[in-house]
Amino acid sequence: MTAPSIVLTSLTKRFGSFTALDRLDLKLEGGKCVGFLGPNGAGKTTALKLLTDMIFPTEGECFLNGISVQRERMRALEAAGVLIESPEVYPSLSPTQALEMVADLRGMSRTEREERIPAVLAEVKMSEWAHVKVGKFSKGMKQRINIAAALVHDPEIVVLDEPATGLDPRGMSEVRSIVRDLKKHDRLIFMSSHILAEVTDVCDEVALINHGKLLFYDTLENVTAKFSAGHSSVDASFARPVPERTVADRLAAESDLLKVEQLDPRRYRLQFKGGPAVQARLLRKLSDEALELVSFTESKSALEEVYLSQIEKGD
Amino acid sequence: MSAAAIPATTTVPAPTAKHERTPLRSWQQALKLTRYQLRDYLFSRRFILMMSIVAIIGAILTAVVGYYRPAAFLSGSDAFYSTLWGSGVTVVIVFAGVIFGGDAIAGEFQNRTGYFLMGQPIRRATVYVGKYIAAFVAALTAVVLFALVLLANGSYYFGAGAFTANFGASFVLAVVYLLALLGATFLFSSLFKTSTYATLVVAVLFLFGFMILQALIQGLAHTTPWYILTYADSIIGGVFNASCASAPGTHTCTQPGPGGEITQTVTNATIPEGVGIMIAYFVITAILGLLSFEREEFS
Ligand SMILES: Nc1ncnc2c1ncn2[C@@H]1O[C@H](COP(=O)(O)OP(=O)(O)OP(=O)(O)O)[C@@H](O)[C@H]1O
Ligand SMILES: [Mg+2]
Repeated sequence: MTAPSIVLTSLTKRFGSFTALDRLDLKLEGGKCVGFLGPNGAGKTTALKLLTDMIFPTEGECFLNGISVQRERMRALEAAGVLIESPEVYPSLSPTQALEMVADLRGMSRTEREERIPAVLAEVKMSEWAHVKVGKFSKGMKQRINIAAALVHDPEIVVLDEPATGLDPRGMSEVRSIVRDLKKHDRLIFMSSHILAEVTDVCDEVALINHGKLLFYDTLENVTAKFSAGHSSVDASFARPVPERTVADRLAAESDLLKVEQLDPRRYRLQFKGGPAVQARLLRKLSDEALELVSFTESKSALEEVYLSQIEKGD
Repeated sequence: MSAAAIPATTTVPAPTAKHERTPLRSWQQALKLTRYQLRDYLFSRRFILMMSIVAIIGAILTAVVGYYRPAAFLSGSDAFYSTLWGSGVTVVIVFAGVIFGGDAIAGEFQNRTGYFLMGQPIRRATVYVGKYIAAFVAALTAVVLFALVLLANGSYYFGAGAFTANFGASFVLAVVYLLALLGATFLFSSLFKTSTYATLVVAVLFLFGFMILQALIQGLAHTTPWYILTYADSIIGGVFNASCASAPGTHTCTQPGPGGEITQTVTNATIPEGVGIMIAYFVITAILGLLSFEREEFS
């Protein structure tokens, strides 16, 4: 078995005169999870729909395991499990029937179906509902079924558009564990998300787009190392209100401190340049008994900072 | 249950043995899809609605004929079926077409079920065909129920010989009409991405639109609009040859009128014409519908 791959070549999509996706080139290969990031309207869903032949490119082409999606939809999608834009199952089918339909259309044998369907339903914690009509399910329950449908045939390539949509906190953490598990089995996961913590947690690489253009595609470590050299910020919380003046006085001598912002009477955000050494010094200055510092944490994740700075730069 | 009882992470057993999978051919997929779609239809409210419509039409016919006992209908089974089945079944077919076909394709967009299907390795055309067959079978169930109601009435009035060759022929023609009407319905359904529009347009067209158009063209232009599907459907009642006015083909009929007798030329489709038009409708709308759906984007 060769490594799974997703290739987008010069992928362009115009809606009338509006260019939603502009010559996107991307090549993903191997068993890993690639996070697909970008602000609302950046073109993520558009790219994923092109990748699965739901819409047609103005220019360019997509390949799944080397097979052109545009020219051979059937053969190309065989290797893929897809979840895009919270689709709906026929309301009078039960989860089991819906998954049977998928399995049937994909030519899975009865024995394989009987093994996989209960397994994926258990994986998305929907076993209890296996034989209830989907029609009246809540949004999150439906999304769980959609996730199960994308996985039932044990695909080599998994394409997920905001899989955590509508899920409760436990559901979100379950999605993460599912993705981690897929990686263990050498699956290639391409997943759009707005939850940077989720991306940091499970993705090996990230691709960031804005206005239909690729800003970067690299490993998570490279991205944060390369772009976060600038400033960082931490949030300091105190047990009781502390006047703004007091905080300013304590940190007056700090030349690396860029900005102190009061979030509420008990919390301040400190922006500074420099690395952990500076951060440690700030912590020392605020942590005395008089102030009763109760927490001192990075206000944004490294990825979040990269994300914001890169998006800002482009706007 | 305590929180600790919930496992933080679950690992699904990797598929143990690699199962052999043979990708299906498109026609196999279409039939599979038909099965699930049919299940969706048969357990849906719309199926109950359709069957209720048939039951109501059937009950009204039964009651009216039973109460008034019109001599003209009861003179023979041909006259009986020609009127009651001939006009009734076209209404049943139009309703069935609207109810099962109106939103068949449009609904895939509006209800977002198409997004579920299109993630699978299946051609758009396969979805179209699979759904068409399902709608056809569901609609056929309604037509069969209506036929049973009429046969029951027929055997009450005419005894054992109620099922005639003419009725059989008419039933087959009705099925061909259903094919054509559903074909056109699917075309409209795939042209609109909103179920309500698609259903409304189809209902208006087939319930009045075509008939009004036909009457207008006949009245104003004095030509026969053979290309309108409702013109062809007259053969369903016409095949019984029960009256001059309804018999297939062109002929001169004399009817009693206010000042003596009126002689009138009646133009009905002949059976081959009617069948030809219906099949042409089916083929052309199928091709156009498939082409339009193949280009449709799930955006
Ligand atoms: N069918 C369409 N017709 C016109 N414009 C469209 C269509 N579909 C998408 N767009 C536009 O393309 C752009 C990209 O949309 P897309 O849905 O890909 O964004 P996204 O990155 O997925 O955003 P989000 O994070 O909100 O899901 C948007 O500006 C959107 O308005
Ligand atoms: Mg999106």
